[in-house]
Amino acid sequence: MIEIKNLHKRFGKLQVLDGVSFQVEPGGIIAVLGPNGSGKTTILKTILGMVHPQMGEIYFQGNAVLDKWEYRNDIGYLPQIARFPDNLTVQELINMIKNIRDVEADETELVNRFDLKLSLNKKLGNLSGGTRQKVNIVLTFMFDCPLLILDEPTAGLDPVALIQLKELIQEEKQKGKTLLITTHIMSLVEDLSDQIIFLLEGKIYFQGSVEELQEQTQQTDLEHSIAKILQGDV
Amino acid sequence: MRKFFFLGLILLSRFALMGNIIEVGPGNEFTSLDQAYHAAQPFDTLLLKAGTYPVISLELKKPITILSNQGAILDGESQSYILKVLSDDVYISGLTFINAGRSYTKDFAAIYVSRANRFTIVNNRILDPFFGVLMEKSHKGVISNNTITANRIREDDSGNGIHAWHSSDLLIQNNEISGLRDGVYLEFVENSVVLGNNSHNNIRYGLHFMFSNHDHYLNNTFRENGAGVAVMFSKFIEMKGNHFVQNWGTASYGLLLKEIYDAEVENNIFEENTVGIFLEGSTRINYTGNEFVQNGWAIKVSGGCYTNIFSRNNFISNSFDVSYNSKMNDNLFEGNYWSSYSGYDLDKDKVGDVPYRPVKLFSYVVNKTPETIILLRSFFVDLINFSERVSPVFTPDNLVDNAPAMKRFSND
Amino acid sequence: MFKILKYTFADLIRSRWSYVYLGFYLLLGFVLLFLNNDLSKAIITLMNVIVVLTPMIGTIFGIMYFYSAREFTELLLAQPIKRSHIFLGQYLGIALSLAFSLVIGLGIPFLVYGVAQSAEIWDFGLLLVVGAFLTFIFVALSVNISLRNENKVKGFGYAILVWLFLAVIYDGLFLVSLVMFDDYPLDKFTLVASMFNPIDLSRILILLKLDISALLGYTGALFQSFFGSGLGMIVSLSTLLLWSLIPVGLLIRTARKRDF
Repeated sequence: MIEIKNLHKRFGKLQVLDGVSFQVEPGGIIAVLGPNGSGKTTILKTILGMVHPQMGEIYFQGNAVLDKWEYRNDIGYLPQIARFPDNLTVQELINMIKNIRDVEADETELVNRFDLKLSLNKKLGNLSGGTRQKVNIVLTFMFDCPLLILDEPTAGLDPVALIQLKELIQEEKQKGKTLLITTHIMSLVEDLSDQIIFLLEGKIYFQGSVEELQEQTQQTDLEHSIAKILQGDV
Repeated sequence: MRKFFFLGLILLSRFALMGNIIEVGPGNEFTSLDQAYHAAQPFDTLLLKAGTYPVISLELKKPITILSNQGAILDGESQSYILKVLSDDVYISGLTFINAGRSYTKDFAAIYVSRANRFTIVNNRILDPFFGVLMEKSHKGVISNNTITANRIREDDSGNGIHAWHSSDLLIQNNEISGLRDGVYLEFVENSVVLGNNSHNNIRYGLHFMFSNHDHYLNNTFRENGAGVAVMFSKFIEMKGNHFVQNWGTASYGLLLKEIYDAEVENNIFEENTVGIFLEGSTRINYTGNEFVQNGWAIKVSGGCYTNIFSRNNFISNSFDVSYNSKMNDNLFEGNYWSSYSGYDLDKDKVGDVPYRPVKLFSYVVNKTPETIILLRSFFVDLINFSERVSPVFTPDNLVDNAPAMKRFSND
Repeated sequence: MFKILKYTFADLIRSRWSYVYLGFYLLLGFVLLFLNNDLSKAIITLMNVIVVLTPMIGTIFGIMYFYSAREFTELLLAQPIKRSHIFLGQYLGIALSLAFSLVIGLGIPFLVYGVAQSAEIWDFGLLLVVGAFLTFIFVALSVNISLRNENKVKGFGYAILVWLFLAVIYDGLFLVSLVMFDDYPLDKFTLVASMFNPIDLSRILILLKLDISALLGYTGALFQSFFGSGLGMIVSLSTLLLWSLIPVGLLIRTARKRDF
C-alpha cells in the first residue's frame, strides 16, 4: 500500500529523517511511535505531500506521489490540532470539505455517533476543543478512503468519545482499511495496532508486531519495552 | 421685408443719415470697393453685396461706412494690410477678412486704425490674420462682436487679435478671439473697457496689459491660453467678474500681476490654472469675493508685494492655497473661506476659532526643488506640513487668516 | 480555487472585524459628506485616508488570517487539491472581503449623497479602484511574509515594518534625496522612484485627477509628457497591476516550496 524508500528530511540544521525506508501492506492498523521530535509527524506529512523531503521516494498504491495531488483522494487525514475558520458553522465546514473532495459522503451516522447534532449550526469559533476534535474526526471518517492517517487522534477527547473513536477505528479496520496512527497513549497502541513502526533519531528502529517488540526487549508490556529502548539498554 | 430691416439698420447708424448709399458688387456701377470708395463723398455708405473683393491696403481717409449684410469677403491676397482707417468716423460692419498679409518686419493687420477717432468695428469675421485689429493713437472706438480666429503655433509668426497702442476710451466688447499670439493687447491705453470677450487658446496671453491706467476689464472668459492673462506696469485697473480657466503650463497663470498698483480684483473665478494669481511687485490691491477652485497654486506671491488685502474669497481644493518665496509678509489675509481649513467654531459666529495658515512648508520645498511635487498629499508631506504649522520656521509666521470663514461665500 | 475562495470569503465577511471595518467606512463617508457638504473636499480627505489605511488594514488582516488559519490550512493541504489553489483561494478570499467592505462602506454614503449625478463620480470611482488595488497588493505582501516566517511575532513585525516603510519612510527618504541632489536633473529618477512604491503610485493616480494643474507647473519635458497626456495614467495603472501580480506569483512559488 505504502512504500517509502530512503527518506531524508532536514529542517535547517536539524536532521529529522535520516534514511527512512519501510513498507506497509494493505489492511490493518500501524502505529508510528517514537519520542518527541523523532519525525513521526514529519513522515505522515511527507506521505501527504505537506513536507518536501530532500531525498527519497514514496509510493502509494504503486505510484510515486511526490509533487502530485490526485492520490490524496484516497487518503483521509486527521490533523493533530483541530482549528477551523471561526465564522463558519459545523455544517458549512462539512459541506466545504465534501465540496472540495467532490465525492459522495454521508456524515449523519457519524454526527449522531459523536452527538454533534445540536452543534451543527453553531459557529466553529464557539466550540470547545473536544467538540472541535469530534468535528475533526467526522471530517476524516465520513469519506470512504483506503488509507487513513491519524495524528494524535485522541487529543482533547472525553472518555466516552475516546471509546467511540476506538470502536470507529476497529470498524474501519474490519472494512479492510489501512490506518496509520501516531499517539502517546500506549494502551491505545496495545489495544489496536497490528504493527508498530518505532522511530528513533530519524531512523526506523523497529518494525513489527507488539509481541515481537516485547520479545526483543524482554518486557511484558509495551510501555516498559519502549522505556527500555529509550534508555538505550537494548 | 429684408429691405425694410436693412433700411432700419442704416437709419440707426448716425453716419448713414448724413450720406448716400452706394451699392457695390456684381451688377452695380461699382464692382470694386476701391472704385466705390474713391467715388464716395464723406459720410456715404458703401453697401457690399455678396462676393469676394480683392482689397489691398485700402486707405480710408474720409469718414465712411462700409457694410455688408450678405457676408461680403475682403481678400487681402496675402500682400499687406486690408483696410487702413486713417480718418475719424469710420464704420465697418458685417465683413469677412481673409488673406491679410504676413511679415516679419511690418505689423500687417486686417484692419489698421491710426490717429482716428470715433471709429466702429462690429460684427466682422477676421480669419487667420497676422494682426486682427491694430490701433495706434486712436480714441473713442468700439470694437465689438467680432470673431478673430487663427491657428498659429509659434509666437514669432503670429500677431495679436486686438492690439491698441497709445489709445484711449475704447470699448472692446463681446469679441471671440482665438489662436493668435495675444488675444487682446493694450499698451499705453487709458480709460478703456474690455467687456464680455471670450479669449481662448492663444499662444501667449489671453489679455495683455502694459503701461495702461484707469482701465476696466469685466466679465471676460480666458481659457486655455499659453500663459493666461498678464497685467503689467499699470495703475487703477478694475478686474471684475472674469473667468480664468485651465491656463496650464510651466509659466502659466490665470492672472499675472506685475508692478500693479491700486487695483481691484473682484468676483473673478480662477479654475484649474497652474497658478491662479501670480503677484510680483504689486501693491495696494484688494482681492475680494473671488473663487479659486482646483488651481495648482491659488496665489503665488513673489517679492515686493505690499498691503494687498484678501478677504471674502473662496479657496476650494487647490493643491496649494498660498505660496511665498520669502519669510516676509506685508499682506493681509482675513475672513476667507479655505476648504482645507480643519478648525472648529465653538462660539457659532461662523468664524473659525483657530487661525488658518495658508502657506504650507511643502510649497516652500516645491519652490526650491520642483520635482518634489510628486510627493504632494503624501503622508510624509502632511507630517512635515503639520510640524511647520505648529512652529513655523521657513514660512512667514505672521501669515495667518485670523478669521477663516466656516462656510463658503456665495459670490454669485 | 473557487471553492476555497468562497468559504474563506464567507468566513471573513461574517467576522467581527469585517463589520468594524465596514462600519468605519460607512461612518467616515457619512461624516465627511453630511457634516461638510462638500464633495470634492470629502474626496481629498478620503484619499488621505485610503492611501494610508487600506495598506495597513490589508497588511494586518492578511498576516492575522494566515497565522490563525495555519492548522486549517494543513487540513486543506491534506485534501486532494492543488497547493496553489489553496493559497490563491485564501488570498483572494481575504482581499475580496476587504475590498468589499471598502466599496460598500464608502459606496453607500456617497450614493445616498448623490455622487452618481455629480462631476466627481470619476474621482470617486478612481479612489475605490486605487483602494482595492492597495488592498490586493498589501494582502499579497503580508501573506508572503507570513509564509516565510514561522514565528508569528516576527512575521507581524516585518509586515508592519513593510507598511510603515512604504507609507511613510520611503517618501521621507525620497524627499530628502530630491532636496539633496537638486542640482542634478531629477525627473527621470523621480518617476522611476515612484514606480517602486505602490502607495506613491496610487497617490499619483489620484493626483492626476485632483492636482493636474499643479503637476503641469513643472518644467521638465518628461514630467510634461507623463502628466500632460494619458501616458501617466496608463503607466501608473499598469505598474500598479504589476505590483499586484508579482507578489501573488511570489506567494504561489513560496507556498509550493514550503513545508507545513
